[in-house]
Amino acid sequence: MRVIVNGEQREIASSRVDALLGELEYEGTHFAIALNYNVLPRSQWLRTRLKSGDEIEIITPRQGG
Amino acid sequence: MVKFYDREFNSRLLIGSALYPSPTIMQAAIRASRADIVTVSVRRESAGGKTGHAFWSLIRELDVAVLPNTAGCRSVREAVTTAKLARELFGTPWIKLEVIADDDTLQPDVVGLVEAASILTRDGFQVFPYCTEDLGVAMRLVDAGCRVVMPWAAPIGSAKGIINRDALKLMRDRLGDITLVVDAGLGAPSHAAEALELGYDAVLLNTAIAKAAEPVAMAKAFRLGVEAGRAAFEAGLMEARDFASPSTPVVGIPFWHAAP
Repeated sequence: MRVIVNGEQREIASSRVDALLGELEYEGTHFAIALNYNVLPRSQWLRTRLKSGDEIEIITPRQGG
Repeated sequence: MVKFYDREFNSRLLIGSALYPSPTIMQAAIRASRADIVTVSVRRESAGGKTGHAFWSLIRELDVAVLPNTAGCRSVREAVTTAKLARELFGTPWIKLEVIADDDTLQPDVVGLVEAASILTRDGFQVFPYCTEDLGVAMRLVDAGCRVVMPWAAPIGSAKGIINRDALKLMRDRLGDITLVVDAGLGAPSHAAEALELGYDAVLLNTAIAKAAEPVAMAKAFRLGVEAGRAAFEAGLMEARDFASPSTPVVGIPFWHAAP
């Protein structure tokens, strides 16, 4: 199905958030995720189902002023 | 000691983590500043990327409190969601709240700022709002629950120093029990000293240190400027006056004669 990951259209096979991270080869634990502008706590990554058109933001710490 | 919500710190210099020539210089400059609080941001991580992990490891080595920002957010919704992502990521209720009205000037959207501050405070955040020197806006931010307010000295990265001293002085006078931080626009240690002399509790700096020819040396210079400004404030500055007043005693001046 097609979803939007970090602003880009992607065709994905995964149906859950944690599987999507694996599919897109994200490694480590230093991420936070928003699904359709709502923060998705880490504890819900395993059971949250994705649907076509979802907007997923995967963010990480970065330099800031 | 300076208080930010329920936490107390020694240093009155908050420092940013961006724009340094290298990660090593960033770490050395932050150490030289002796800042207890470092600002960071959250950004999209590209697939498989380890950018965030590498940066985060460097910050954790510094043993500082982290103040995440919402830099670049253009709407209340973006700012509120970014704040919640930052809370999830860093495990802190602190957020340096920026809602930007215009990309060219980085002028704060003060209307959106007050709305976002209100939403976040109700959600348990401890908000550090980046605002202009407008007292009315600062008062609305306090009404919204902010115990820290961070007016700019001048536009972000401009290095102009305090361009509206009277307004900042008024804000300090009127918001006596609020922790006030001059954030953005400072270019020289003398600018930082001026903010502290006015009674501001702290300053937040990034570009002036990171973009100096020698960032580590400049971090120390700003630390000394902040310490000097605070010491001067605590010592009680004399009032300015319009006419000269001799400092040397006027009695017994040699060759003095009464007017005939």
